[in-house]
Amino acid sequence: MNLTGYGILFIFVILSLLFAVAMLVTAYIVQPKYKREIKFQTYECGLNPNQSARIKFDVKCYIFAILFLLFDVETIFLFPWAVIYNKIGLFALLEGILFILVLGIGLFYAIKRKLLEWQ
Amino acid sequence: MIYDFLKTFAEGINIPSLIFESFWAVLMFAFLAAFMIIVVLFLVLFERKLLAAFTVRKGPNRVGLNGIFQTIADAIKLLIKEDISAYNTDKILFTLAPLIFFMPVMILFGLMPYTNLLYAVNIPLGVVAVMAVTAFSSLGLILAGWASNNKYSLLGGARAVIQSVSYEIPLVLSILSICVLAGSLNLKEIILAQSGGLFHWYVIPNILGFVIFYISTLAELNRNPFDLPEAENELIGGYNTEYSGMKFAMFFLAEYAQLFILSLLGVLLFCGGFQSPFGIYFGVGFFIQLEQLFWLFAKTFCLIFLAIWIRATLPRIRSDRLSVFCWKYVLPLALLNLLFISIYKFIMGG
Amino acid sequence: MTKTEMLKLNIGPQHPATHGVLRLLVELEGEIIKSCEPIIGYLHRGMEKIAENRSYIQYLPMVDRVDYLSGFFNSFGYCTAIEELLDIEPTQKANYIRIIMMEFNRITSHLMWLGSMLLDLGATSPLFYAFRERESILELFEEYCGQRMMFNAFTFGGVKFDLTKNWLNKAEKLIEKMPKYFDEYEAIITKNPIFMDRTLRIGIIKKEVALDYSITGANARASGIDLDFRINNKKSIYSEFKFNIPIKIEGDCYARYLVRFAEMRESLEIIKQAIEKYKQVKNEPIVNKKFNSVFLKIPNEQTTTYTEAPRGLYMCQVIADGTNKPYRIKHRTGSFSSIQLLQELVVGNTLANLMPIIGSLDFVLPEADR
Repeated sequence: MNLTGYGILFIFVILSLLFAVAMLVTAYIVQPKYKREIKFQTYECGLNPNQSARIKFDVKCYIFAILFLLFDVETIFLFPWAVIYNKIGLFALLEGILFILVLGIGLFYAIKRKLLEWQ
Repeated sequence: MIYDFLKTFAEGINIPSLIFESFWAVLMFAFLAAFMIIVVLFLVLFERKLLAAFTVRKGPNRVGLNGIFQTIADAIKLLIKEDISAYNTDKILFTLAPLIFFMPVMILFGLMPYTNLLYAVNIPLGVVAVMAVTAFSSLGLILAGWASNNKYSLLGGARAVIQSVSYEIPLVLSILSICVLAGSLNLKEIILAQSGGLFHWYVIPNILGFVIFYISTLAELNRNPFDLPEAENELIGGYNTEYSGMKFAMFFLAEYAQLFILSLLGVLLFCGGFQSPFGIYFGVGFFIQLEQLFWLFAKTFCLIFLAIWIRATLPRIRSDRLSVFCWKYVLPLALLNLLFISIYKFIMGG
Repeated sequence: MTKTEMLKLNIGPQHPATHGVLRLLVELEGEIIKSCEPIIGYLHRGMEKIAENRSYIQYLPMVDRVDYLSGFFNSFGYCTAIEELLDIEPTQKANYIRIIMMEFNRITSHLMWLGSMLLDLGATSPLFYAFRERESILELFEEYCGQRMMFNAFTFGGVKFDLTKNWLNKAEKLIEKMPKYFDEYEAIITKNPIFMDRTLRIGIIKKEVALDYSITGANARASGIDLDFRINNKKSIYSEFKFNIPIKIEGDCYARYLVRFAEMRESLEIIKQAIEKYKQVKNEPIVNKKFNSVFLKIPNEQTTTYTEAPRGLYMCQVIADGTNKPYRIKHRTGSFSSIQLLQELVVGNTLANLMPIIGSLDFVLPEADR
């Protein structure tokens, strides 16, 4: 029985995790540990923070996230199309054009509706 | 060669092939990990020296001959530096974030073919795996921004979200155009489809795709002019404001390793990978491998040089323009490019 | 739907972009600034109070430290105030030396501004280019008076040191080279699309607002206010020089950039003329000495001088009470008003726009706090 590429990939995933953990552990062993109160203050330009940073925060990317989800899923559909593009010929080309046009129209709509502006 | 030698040796003493293969994978990993660290140490020095040259300075010149050991000294300093996590940080996520940021880069090193014989992982879905792993690392930034309990980090994390969400798609679309051209998702096959010298490289028909790929890469890497998540003049250090010691070093290491590996990916996809631009190799036997490595790194460092040059020249882009620029200009262009490439492919080789 | 909260953020006093120790208390909604309160005073040194316990000549070295980037201007303002009180005129030669030094100083100050503004925008290279040229001017200063920042070269009735032939040669060579360097900066900055995107129509100061906040200097001239105390001043020593005053009406960050840039070129013109005129002056003392400056006593009088410093109007008021110490000295500086303007200018902009606004206003914190 032989390892396929995916098996090696799996080993790589585990090993890279181990490698990263090993780096942290080494540093933990080597580093000095002089605990002083003042060191543990959150940095806010030299002042005590006046409020926690974990608040309900408006990040302006909600609409981008939704668009991203749509486009990402649709581009995933394009991958198999790209691979067998050569074998199908004209039909694949027409299908591809249609699909990309649909994506393009969606994007055009989003731009026209000014969904991408910040203010 | 070494693989065959070890393989016969292992068969000679009756080690099951599964164990041997795993051992080989571990060996490859150790090799690539050492390689990555050397590359990063060199790359940091390379960038600092080059930026110094761009701005009429000398750059680091004290440690070792003309400063060649500067980055090693920096690495040791970061290793033995005290690791501080402030009050109210989410300790688990705070530690997990650099891990998550660092891990994918290491996997990416394994996914790349370096010469036609030297590669660790060769899977039919290579490109998809690369995309998946690349997208993973921005999760680390978001976690770091949230876990730090620092407002600057939070803003940096939020910017990282917008950035990775926006530039992921042009990146995928530009890579997709290459897949259409090559008809394969395997990185090695994509490279071999470009054999035959400079004029067979995919950068020639797909120059627009290359530009889009490069812009998106810079955005994914958080480099100038897209270094918003860590914009030091606005957000101090962005997501890594609260990090120190080894955790910071891991962010730093992973960032430069990513710069290297994504430039390498650009070379693989657009510039014929390890192939010589003249179409023929000058060496014979084992030297062909060395020559392939030389061409690969030469092209990669050309792309890295370009990135450093851009960093020395351009100011930072405005944070609200970043996503608008992507969705309004880069993405429609990427779609058009994909259309153009599929028609081109249909006419030329369909 | 849940409501989002305001993020109250301290920008400064230890922040890379606040040019010293300015503290901005901003409220953010997303990345949009809803309110901004500038808080100063982290660099207060009591300059005005100290003056009351020093004799006039003892206070002279301190005035250079009001604004560490343009020491000659503060020194000039203080010296002319004392000269007015004593009713003496500095010699013509001393005036030319003062103008040469001040205009060189203006260029160094503007170069510093140029580098730091571009650094705020994320471009690192212009800083180093600007410092390369600044360095050569600072070397000239060092050769002239032995100091690079806190010059202490002017005195009541003139200047302390004369120019040497060698110095003049060097200065002339530098003036020859300077415009080429400026062209280099313009090539990398002025038409850069990202730079234009970040500064055009950002942080617009309307003419009325600029008047309300008593903005002076290049910031006012970029908003269409034709006010330059090198010309709009009866006692100006600049009256015999020919130079333009660049004015823009847009009032945005880009206009401020253009105005300052043009000012640097004009300064070179002034220095060129001043050196020519200096060479024609023969055998005059560099200081008009009719009094013993150590035991200087000034009768019960007061006066105010107006100097066009790089960061706007520098006003020095001296009230004397007949003793050898001033009763009160008041400095009025351009940075102070520029900082107050922030609270109005910044609101509604994104956090990213804060940086070009801060950069283009060109304030220096020690000058505001004194």
